Amino acid sequence: MFTRRNLLLSGAAGAALAGLPAVALAEDMPGVTATEIKIGQTMPYSGPASAYGVIGRVEVAFVKMINEQGGINGRKINLISLDDGYSPPKAVEQIRRLAEQDKVAFIFQSLGTPSNVAIRSYLNEHKIPQLFVATGASLFGEPKQFPWTMGINPSYRTEAIIYGKYILANMPDAKIGVLYQNDSFGKDYIDGLKAALGDKAAKMIVKEASYEVSEPTVDSQVVTLQGSGANVFVIAATPKFAAQAVRKSADLGWKAERFLTNVSVAYPILKGAGLEKSKGLITAAYVKDPADPIWKDDPGYKAWAAFATKYMTASVITDGNAAYGYSVAQVLMQVLKQCGNDLSRANILKQAANLKDVKTAMFLPGVLVNTSPDNYFPIRTMQLQRFDGTRWVSFGKLLSD
Amino acid sequence: MSTLPTAKAEPERSGFIGWGRVGLACVVVFALVLPFMSSGYHLFQYAQVLNYAIALVGLNLLTGYNGQISLGHGAFFAIGGYASAILVAKFGMPYWVTPPIAGMVCLVAGFLFGLPALRLEGLYLALATFALAVAMPQLLNYKHFDALTGGSGGLQLAKPGAPFGLPITSDQWLYFYCLGFAALLFLAARNLVRGRIGRAMVAIRDQPVAAETMGVPISYVKAMCFGISALYAGVGGALSVTIVGYVSPDSFGLFLSLSFLVGIVVGGLTSIPGMLFGAWFIEFVPNYADQLTSSLGENAKALPWAVYGVLLIALMFVMPRGIAGAVTAMAARLQRFTNATKRA
Repeated sequence: MFTRRNLLLSGAAGAALAGLPAVALAEDMPGVTATEIKIGQTMPYSGPASAYGVIGRVEVAFVKMINEQGGINGRKINLISLDDGYSPPKAVEQIRRLAEQDKVAFIFQSLGTPSNVAIRSYLNEHKIPQLFVATGASLFGEPKQFPWTMGINPSYRTEAIIYGKYILANMPDAKIGVLYQNDSFGKDYIDGLKAALGDKAAKMIVKEASYEVSEPTVDSQVVTLQGSGANVFVIAATPKFAAQAVRKSADLGWKAERFLTNVSVAYPILKGAGLEKSKGLITAAYVKDPADPIWKDDPGYKAWAAFATKYMTASVITDGNAAYGYSVAQVLMQVLKQCGNDLSRANILKQAANLKDVKTAMFLPGVLVNTSPDNYFPIRTMQLQRFDGTRWVSFGKLLSD
Repeated sequence: MSTLPTAKAEPERSGFIGWGRVGLACVVVFALVLPFMSSGYHLFQYAQVLNYAIALVGLNLLTGYNGQISLGHGAFFAIGGYASAILVAKFGMPYWVTPPIAGMVCLVAGFLFGLPALRLEGLYLALATFALAVAMPQLLNYKHFDALTGGSGGLQLAKPGAPFGLPITSDQWLYFYCLGFAALLFLAARNLVRGRIGRAMVAIRDQPVAAETMGVPISYVKAMCFGISALYAGVGGALSVTIVGYVSPDSFGLFLSLSFLVGIVVGGLTSIPGMLFGAWFIEFVPNYADQLTSSLGENAKALPWAVYGVLLIALMFVMPRGIAGAVTAMAARLQRFTNATKRA
């Protein structure tokens, strides 16, 4: 879908980036003074997705730490983090407040697919960078159509491509059954698998079964998929349904290689499915699991734990979302450092699209952040992991889409 | 329902000018001058207040005047919003013709929903409408409607600019656009409740048996009231989608429906102008609460809704009849005071 849209939108909008001025005038730097830069974001501190609010809290705390250390290039950072309750109309309102009243330089890590789609047109129209959008949807890496909007998470599509490549290399005769949630999240996986398998997709994918979030169980879909004779089972499901699928496939005695989306790999979910029944699952990861004792001597983890203890509470140390927020905040600091004294919106975007092998504390070793004016998907590398009954164990090389 | 104020006492008039008219004139002047003194972001908020106010008037006709409790008006707001978005995005209609159509769609939907709901009284009706609000986001996400609704990705709309080359910004135009609809619908609601149908609605609420004896067609009035109420919510939803420029199932969560109920109680049950206060409350107070808690430090980030709750309780305690009730009481006191000085 992404490539097709790119083709359709030939050269017309392509010049948008190339035409940016190299050095902007000082008065052309909204949200920036000699001593401060203002950055805005919206987060679901309330509402159905409030579990993700910790990401915003970590980032605000991280900025506080940087400010105590003297800021970046002598400027303090003022990160204004507002609640949008995961409601798109509220997100539009808050973003307009940040842009028009607080006059922030740019927007950083606003969370959620619907909210980000809702604010994308406004931000692009006003040429305000919308950096490192916190969602895995593959919608936020289209530099030709939306030059001011950039994602950060490996997209669901990237993840699916990695599964597809692994299957192609290691099980060339695989027969694949896919369970997917019937929305853009689930469809991204189908899309990615097909892209990776290429002309073999029609032969290798023997069955696709979808479910609605309103359904009580996916047991019947799992039975159907097993009946199709598949020996590879890809589970593109949100936590509750993923747990059902894992349990059911084990109960059926289905001896398939099972791939599980990294959205649903948290320990409590697998515990719900049964740890014994979860044994052998494969996923792709990019964030270190802070609850895994293997990292206890890792310098990145130690820095994270020390930060969390000092600036937040020790209880967030094991929260994967919090660790993710810490790493993305480090990427932001890299962008600001690269900007030097030219903090115009154009230069901020230019530097965000010019990241080279940025390392962070809590992304897995080898998972580096890379962008270019043509590549708005900063993380395209993931590490395959297998569940051994108690924890996820990395295996094989890092894979890219 | 007997605790609700029954008939509205007209404030005692003296001379050719009453405080009520002075107030109305002030509101009109204020509403017309506002867009030239505010930033685009504030105008967006004010327009949103007007849209919520329209929906609140609708809910108030149903709950305040007719005594039927609805916890599901967010669903009609959603239907109106989606109707407008689909007409614009899929059928290429100009945005300004969609609010009346969205209103009609909701009138029919509300009337049909109101018919079976006639058998349900009080809390049971509240539960039935609650179910509607819970189901709506999932219905909008239903895969067989994807071609129309855009599924979970929703629909994006272009933001309209001012027509006829008017020298005003897009935000100013959209504010006036919403203001026009709000004025029209407020006036219509005022006329409705002052007339025969309005009296029938109140009679059904207070004394259903007596009303029936007097020949009021109870089922028809109740179902029609539901329909009109939904129409208001639908127009509000359609206008809201135009100014936001985006619609998705997440735009109309359950919380929206509950906010509407908060809005009519805060604004004042059985008050039409009070709905402006109610809408102001549901639009702005969560923001104030968020700012207040942010200033308390990072660990208070989870608290804005606690502050909101405290404010709500305090308000109900100080102004048991809503903001409109408090304003009316104050105006009456002022009137008595002027009368007294005149006599002196």
